[in-house]
Amino acid sequence: MSSQILQLVLGLLALPAVVLAVILPGELAIRRFPQKRQSTLRPWIWLSPVLALVGLVIAYPLAASIIFSFRDATASTWVGFSNFAWAFGSAMRPVLFNNVLWIVVFPVLTAVLALSAAIMLDRVKYERVARTFLILPTAMSFVAGAVIWKMMYTYEPPMQPQTGTLNAIWTALTGKMPIAWLIDRGVNNYALIFVAVWMSIGVATLILSAGVKNIPRELVEAARIDGAGEWAIFRFVTLPSLWPTILVVLTTQAIFSLKVFDIVYVMTNGSFGTDVIANRMYTELFVKQNLGTASAIAVLLLILASPVIFMNIKQIKSGGGE
Amino acid sequence: MSAIESRTTMSAPMQSTSKLGTRLKRIALHAAVLLFCLVWFTPVLSLFVTTFRSESDSSQTGWWHAFVEWRPVLSNYVEAMYLTGVGRSIVNSIVLTVPTVLGTVLFSAIGAFALARMRFRGRIALFLAMVGFQVLPPQLVLVPMLKFFLALGLTGTFIPVWIIEMGLTVPFGIFLLYGFFASIPSDLVEAARIDGASEPRIFFQIILPLSGAVLASLAILQFMIAWNHLLIPLIFLGSGSLSPLTVQVASLAQTNAGGLNTLTAATFISVIVPLVLIVTLQKYFVRGVLGGAVKG
Repeated sequence: MSSQILQLVLGLLALPAVVLAVILPGELAIRRFPQKRQSTLRPWIWLSPVLALVGLVIAYPLAASIIFSFRDATASTWVGFSNFAWAFGSAMRPVLFNNVLWIVVFPVLTAVLALSAAIMLDRVKYERVARTFLILPTAMSFVAGAVIWKMMYTYEPPMQPQTGTLNAIWTALTGKMPIAWLIDRGVNNYALIFVAVWMSIGVATLILSAGVKNIPRELVEAARIDGAGEWAIFRFVTLPSLWPTILVVLTTQAIFSLKVFDIVYVMTNGSFGTDVIANRMYTELFVKQNLGTASAIAVLLLILASPVIFMNIKQIKSGGGE
Repeated sequence: MSAIESRTTMSAPMQSTSKLGTRLKRIALHAAVLLFCLVWFTPVLSLFVTTFRSESDSSQTGWWHAFVEWRPVLSNYVEAMYLTGVGRSIVNSIVLTVPTVLGTVLFSAIGAFALARMRFRGRIALFLAMVGFQVLPPQLVLVPMLKFFLALGLTGTFIPVWIIEMGLTVPFGIFLLYGFFASIPSDLVEAARIDGASEPRIFFQIILPLSGAVLASLAILQFMIAWNHLLIPLIFLGSGSLSPLTVQVASLAQTNAGGLNTLTAATFISVIVPLVLIVTLQKYFVRGVLGGAVKG
């Protein structure tokens, strides 16, 4: 325990010390140069801690992962494209298919529910209180969410009292057999996806709520005077004005679907046909100790994420973000 | 003609039905909002209630039975704290999170200061790189970082986790702070510069004090991220004596050691700090989320 406290103190002192140890001597060193030279050197002094950090944690791993993905399990010899052949082979196909399901269902369901929440909350006076309820799950770890929903999905054999909330409601309402939510292959992936939806609605609603409040009031009023009903207003005013914001929500959630790990790891650990790319990568890395295939999966994730990366850059470049 | 006639005769009752209609719509709206909140809150409530139920109660009846027959026990918390190592994990989560938050705010602030307040070649390219890096899957860093920190002999300390968590969030942090730093009036900075203030002085005595709210937003977001992360600490700290709450709870959930009720108590302990933060500091959380969303 004392070693932990020691590390805490060390971290709290060392991190600011690193920053000061670069900037202050750097500023002193460039002081003797003429003004113009100073202002060309100064940015690089200030940026150097950040460049070192991002270089180490992002740029170097990016390059190294690409190299490792063409090498064998211990990264010692070149193996060409065989890791990628494996990644697209029959062993990985059901896993990839699950991620496709996540990428389609999760963003759409989250966006639809968050949009309806944003529109409804905008019309009630207790918006802040109601919003807090939707944000609560966002504050928790996916591990905690997974534990909670493992309980919600609890399955007891038929005729036994159902202690899981969902099966208790299901059997009471329909009188049918209880459902093994996490094992039944017809529903288990959707059951996992819903946990992610439950945890992601908060942020998506916040972003869409801000969008709803940005729609000019005159626009809605004008449509209403023209005799437009609620549905027409939604279809021809709200939706088009919100579309860029909805796109932000959809792309963010699509990226999340690519790298989803915690929920699957805790709830099923990939069994019963629920495995996803990120969980598979963890298995390759730590159970099979194969650096090559693990890196190939990481590179695959990068390739899948790259359209969104470039879209965001393009959006900022065209002046949307500043 | 008959249409006009029926319209005039119908007008009085029509009005009251449309009034009734809006009334019904209002009721439906409130019902829908309440249902939404109820569905979203019930799972949290079920966790909270289960932490106070005994193992034998939970194996026979659902958590809602506690409202019929309230027999609270505290043994689950006692067991979680002392038998399953959750007490130790609280300390580990703090040691993991607090330096990460401090470092993220500092590194993002100096980076954003340079990008927003200085003019140099490559500025735009660097800023766009930060935008792109935000979306990178964290899985990409695992293998190279593991090799790197193994070679340095630093695995099994908190240092790799601080550095990786910082590196993954700093691009977002710079993006979040950039807009605010750029909007600080130049007159303020110029006046200080004429008075002979150095750049570090301008940064620490003008820029930072003005940016309290946005720095708080970044800090609370990074606190949530680092406190709640599973993958990075799982790989670099393992599930032994250094494991933070997420790793500890995940391993309890997977091995089923200690039973369901102890697990719920451990889980509730792990979420209580972020829950309190998000309710009390919601303003900063919201600002951070909205400031960080890439606008269309």
